[in-house]
Amino acid sequence: MHKDLSVQNVTKKFDRFTAVDQVSFDVDQGHFFSILGPSGCGKTTLLRMIAGFTEPTDGDISIRGKSMLGISPNRRPVNLIFQHLALFPMMNVAGNIAFGLERQGVKRAEIRKKTETILERVGLPGYGEKKIDQLSGGQKQRVAIARCLVLEPTVLLLDEPLGALDLKLRDQMKVELKKLQVKVGTTFVYITHDQSEALVMSDYVAVMNRGGFEQIDTPQNLYNNPATPFVAQFVGENNTWSGRLTGFSGKIATIVTPGGNTFTVNTGARAFAPDFAPDSKVDLFLRPEAMVIAPDPGMENLNRFEVTVKTILFDGANSRLLVTPLNSGQELIVGLPQNRQFDHIRPDDKIEIGWHEDSGICFPAGEAES
Amino acid sequence: MKGQGRWYLFFFLIPILLWLFLLIVLPHIDLFIMSFRAENDYGDMVWSFKNYLNFFNEPVYWTTFARTAVYSILVTGITFIIALPVAFFITHVVPRKFSGVLMLLLLLPFWVSELVRVYGWMILLRESGVINHFLVKIGILNTPVEMLYNDATMIMGLVYTSMLFMVVPLISVLESLDKAYIEAAFDLGANMWTVIVRIIIPHVMPGIVSGSIVVFMLTLGNYLTPNLMGGKNSLWFTEQIYNQFIASFNWNQGSAFGFLLLLLSSLIIWVGLKLSGQKLSKVVK
Repeated sequence: MHKDLSVQNVTKKFDRFTAVDQVSFDVDQGHFFSILGPSGCGKTTLLRMIAGFTEPTDGDISIRGKSMLGISPNRRPVNLIFQHLALFPMMNVAGNIAFGLERQGVKRAEIRKKTETILERVGLPGYGEKKIDQLSGGQKQRVAIARCLVLEPTVLLLDEPLGALDLKLRDQMKVELKKLQVKVGTTFVYITHDQSEALVMSDYVAVMNRGGFEQIDTPQNLYNNPATPFVAQFVGENNTWSGRLTGFSGKIATIVTPGGNTFTVNTGARAFAPDFAPDSKVDLFLRPEAMVIAPDPGMENLNRFEVTVKTILFDGANSRLLVTPLNSGQELIVGLPQNRQFDHIRPDDKIEIGWHEDSGICFPAGEAES
Repeated sequence: MKGQGRWYLFFFLIPILLWLFLLIVLPHIDLFIMSFRAENDYGDMVWSFKNYLNFFNEPVYWTTFARTAVYSILVTGITFIIALPVAFFITHVVPRKFSGVLMLLLLLPFWVSELVRVYGWMILLRESGVINHFLVKIGILNTPVEMLYNDATMIMGLVYTSMLFMVVPLISVLESLDKAYIEAAFDLGANMWTVIVRIIIPHVMPGIVSGSIVVFMLTLGNYLTPNLMGGKNSLWFTEQIYNQFIASFNWNQGSAFGFLLLLLSSLIIWVGLKLSGQKLSKVVK
């Protein structure tokens, strides 16, 4: 497939601090690509290099096969949606949308036609005469997107544009943004620290940490097969449990926790990694929803252990239990399905928890701290 | 309680009210009355429009008046053109920690009296001055030239005197300009010129207008700089007023001129506000 954006070994140094370190990735035409990372990981610097506001110290950025090095932002076929949108308050909605077209020397009548079309497309027909401060947060969002899309950029860059919205609106805009992207077919590069935004909208997500990419994958793969401990911790919720690797049988590792629980984990391809030797320290990652409360005694390959319920964290469909295994102080969060089956559970109850050996992920210890 | 609050308010307002009334309002009323009185043929003081008619009948008066107005507008314009990049540089280009130092450097000359500053310029610019000395020495000029006593030098002096009063309001409005607006404009394909005209100037409009009002008023009412740096032909209207009061001892004529100047400045500021679409209440905030 055609590549819209290609970033090769891009590095950005500020004095001695390396903000972006040897990052490479390609984005195919029409894809929604997200860069997900904690604040300060260098994702904004990377985006600004693609937009042209910062020049990389090293490496190459090309759009549709054409290198963008040394090309000023007003000549690049990319547009950026700013974190706080940066809609011009001195112009009305139509003026904002027309701004870029006027710079391209488009005729007045055509500008008007294009403005009306794009406003209709983002669901704001007839809003041209409104002032920016008359719009709601979601409407501003859509005007900012319209202002960029009307220029038909090759790549649209978005710098956490949903960050300022309240939760309800953000969830709604996530879906809308994805729908809009599919409809217009423009390549989107979206940066965010909110994993839910990245997972819901993206075709591919790159997880960024300390200036480098940890993993580039589909949202499903990031969640189910994290490549590094950082990804396992950062994407989705995870319980971290340290232990000692005591032996292998094929790919199945046996792990003993400090509290004395013995578990078996399918380590997959990692089983043959050199630093993954028996008797080494490991970190075990368990998703809250991977742990089953009171599992059926007939289920096989299940690690079972007894826990004490400390608190019930009720949050609708996202309800969880905070538990500790009987013989240790380790705190675990366990998913609590709201199907009325577990309504009887009360704090201080003792229950059995089980998890399948395929659903745990373990990494050599020591890399996990972010 | 309520009465007490009102008493406090009144107490603190008294100094300013006294100041306004005794030093501004009363003298103006006196001058206003004086401007409508003139000697008749018998040497008696009577009510008359003579002082105002003199202004229109004597070309030297109203040409000076028009010159003063046009030059003041010109000085305001030049000051703005110089002040905008300076203010932008201080607020958006230099790192935050240096902008305070730069502001201080800008303020520093104003700790010295205007008289001393004007004499400083004169030392630099006069025929036997510093600049002439160097130009002759390095061979650009054969003989020294007189750089003082012409309109260009006078305008330069007035611009220099008014700089600060334009830069400060511009800085205060530029500080609120989000850099993202400028970057967004570049991102949408704008060049430097479009960014200045479409983004920066509309944003700083309130600062431009308030700075312009101050600079314009100060320039229009300036006496020292035009008097010392301007030539024989660069007569300023304030000098006319001074002459009437001090040289001719014709206070009636002088007050009439004074009120004409007040009228002129109010009129030009009103036109300026109308043209820029700003409201006075918003600008003085």
